Amino acid sequence: MALSGLDIFKLLPKTNCGDCGVPTCMAFAMKLAQKKGDLSECPHASEEAKSKLGAASEPPIRLIKIGGSPHIELGNEIVMFRHERTFVHQTAIAIHLRTSESEESLASTIKEIGNYKIERVGEGLTIDLFFISDNLSDKNKLFKTISLVKQLSNKGIILDCPDEGSLEETLQLLKGDRPAIFLRDKVNDKHIELAKTYNASLIISDNTFSGLTEQTEKIINTGFKDIILNMVSDNIGSDIQNNTILRRSALKKNYKPFGFPLFTMLQSEDKYDLLASASACLCKYSSIIVLPGFDKSLLYTLLTLRQNIYTDPQKPIQVDPKVYPIGEPTVGSPVFVTTNFSLTYFIVSSEIENSGISAHLLVCDCEGQSVLTAWAAGKFTGKGIAKFIKEINLEQVTNNRKIVIPGFASQISGDLEENLQDWEVIVGCQEASDIPVFVKNTKLA
Amino acid sequence: MSFEIPVEKYVGKIIEVTIGATPEQGGTRSHSIKIGGSSSLPFHFFEGSHPHPPVVAMEVFDKAPPKYPEFLLDYFRNVIDKPGEMAKKCVEEFGAELISIRLEGTHPEKGNKSPEEAVETVKQVLESVKVPVIISGHSHYETINEVMKKVCAATAGENCLINYVETENYRTIAAAALAYNHSIVALSPLDVNLAKQLNILLTDMNFPAEKIVMDPLTGALGYGLEYTYSIMERIRIDGLSGDKMLAFPMLINPGYESSRVKESYFKKESYPEWGEPELLGAYWELATAMSLINAGAELITMYHPKAVEIVKKNIKKIYQSNPQK
Repeated sequence: MALSGLDIFKLLPKTNCGDCGVPTCMAFAMKLAQKKGDLSECPHASEEAKSKLGAASEPPIRLIKIGGSPHIELGNEIVMFRHERTFVHQTAIAIHLRTSESEESLASTIKEIGNYKIERVGEGLTIDLFFISDNLSDKNKLFKTISLVKQLSNKGIILDCPDEGSLEETLQLLKGDRPAIFLRDKVNDKHIELAKTYNASLIISDNTFSGLTEQTEKIINTGFKDIILNMVSDNIGSDIQNNTILRRSALKKNYKPFGFPLFTMLQSEDKYDLLASASACLCKYSSIIVLPGFDKSLLYTLLTLRQNIYTDPQKPIQVDPKVYPIGEPTVGSPVFVTTNFSLTYFIVSSEIENSGISAHLLVCDCEGQSVLTAWAAGKFTGKGIAKFIKEINLEQVTNNRKIVIPGFASQISGDLEENLQDWEVIVGCQEASDIPVFVKNTKLA
Repeated sequence: MSFEIPVEKYVGKIIEVTIGATPEQGGTRSHSIKIGGSSSLPFHFFEGSHPHPPVVAMEVFDKAPPKYPEFLLDYFRNVIDKPGEMAKKCVEEFGAELISIRLEGTHPEKGNKSPEEAVETVKQVLESVKVPVIISGHSHYETINEVMKKVCAATAGENCLINYVETENYRTIAAAALAYNHSIVALSPLDVNLAKQLNILLTDMNFPAEKIVMDPLTGALGYGLEYTYSIMERIRIDGLSGDKMLAFPMLINPGYESSRVKESYFKKESYPEWGEPELLGAYWELATAMSLINAGAELITMYHPKAVEIVKKNIKKIYQSNPQK
């Protein structure tokens, strides 16, 4: 039975101590009611609260952490479709390392992945995890690989080590690093004990829903819950359906055995196929995707897709308000002005580029709204634009005194002219797609 | 706990649309293609039927596009200004299931070609390939209305897919498509309500529902893809939930959109972290298409032969998948 925020509040200490990270007990209660938090975040919860809230306050998909410092978070998802609210924790991308590789090649791959970061729309896109296979069954090679990873990066680790003896010794090396243990075979008592002892999560694999249920129930019954689900298939169509069924069971049916993040391992040798599968799994609920190797072009594509799908649909992505060079602008290039809604920025910048001229694109802070919305809300005004131009010294950047405003905001032209002495304000087209034609027919140089 | 697969039963079904007509059906195509007909979300074979896999079209041009990525020119340099030959290449070498003829050259600012020239181009393509054909225009209403009227008449009975009408200009083109037995694409700007409104306007003028395909407006990967993705999911869920005015198959344009983004024109020296320009070109289009077929796209117009090959291969594979037990 789901409890309301008020029901939960009655069970909390009502001290508003803030130790849970939320200022008041009421706010924390609301958070629990929305299944966005866990009672364990309150260090002062009574035994009564724990037992009553236990099951009811658990998020339908458990939050799992991997890595020491920094760590990544997976799960806690609340919707099937991003438009319903948002997808919470973005898919972690892991790169497969095999102990059979030479030390040199391992070191260079680890370094490259550790340092990998691409800036896109003000966000740094990075790779999250290493998936390490002891494919030689050679303990010393495994230790060496682990120490290289620890030495050269701070990413979390997933261990694929079938030998239980080596696994235990490796886990000792990873104390405090909160690794995940990947199991190819069915989970046994030893695995559960190791995971508990070394604060690791368990990735369990199966190829049927009933098998997966059996395994998770076995683990949950011991009181351990840091589980990740790997439904094994060799067909991307099955992956899409399995992931949907697992997520839906957890969210809509509150089916506890599947209330965990999902894991997908991709091993196609064809890089195009790999990207096709990864793209589909990323859209359809995989919380971890393991890629067989490091491929810059593929990663840039996939991480851009991840940024798109995991953007909060209720908060438009904003680009930084500033002057963006389009093409190779000089002091003679004209100025175009628009708002800082990312989509608007992208479309306007690419259409100016398509027109073939170089220009300075002035992006004003309009709280991430599109031109028409910002203008209607009074956030895109002649006075505001003029003020911003002075602030950032645009008059030093270009001697060209022509500024093009969006056609939809034609009404601000007078206001802008008044506030911008010496400038010629030109009203541009309404649709960005008409910019190339507009440029062709307008003297801007 | 005992596990039962949670199944969603939808009351609605996506309308089946046929493109192309064989001689028996009044045209000259070797076969026609059906899209739509699904009764659950994309590829959910465990809870619905999906009689027609998504299909991939490739695009040819009445005038060589002024901006076109180098890695595509490498495939098409000799035929880019010969739409008939390019169409043949797309079908025979690269497995295009339909051909889209983009009549951008009829735009007064982009070539100002006459409606008669457009008809000539379309006829050339119809003669050189036997697959169903999409005829794609632009947003200069005055000229495109005239072009589409002429093209519709000249291809009477072929059941081409006339791409596209918008709320502002749907009447003329839809009337011509109706008169000469073609299907149409209804384009709306990333908005469920506007999409629905246009479909209502079309059916109100007695345009048959089974001849309408929706274009929700494609944003390429990194350039608004997430808006397209979510609008398509919402349209598809509403359509399956019984809203007949949203239950149409959907068309997307990963090729055209990806061919315009910065990632298709970068120099390796300027963005070494992006990887290889020729790989990224195919990847960008591929990821755009693979994500959007999961949101409900049934007709995918693409440019890059490698991306076409992989999307087709994956659709085929997905259709061979079995629901788990």
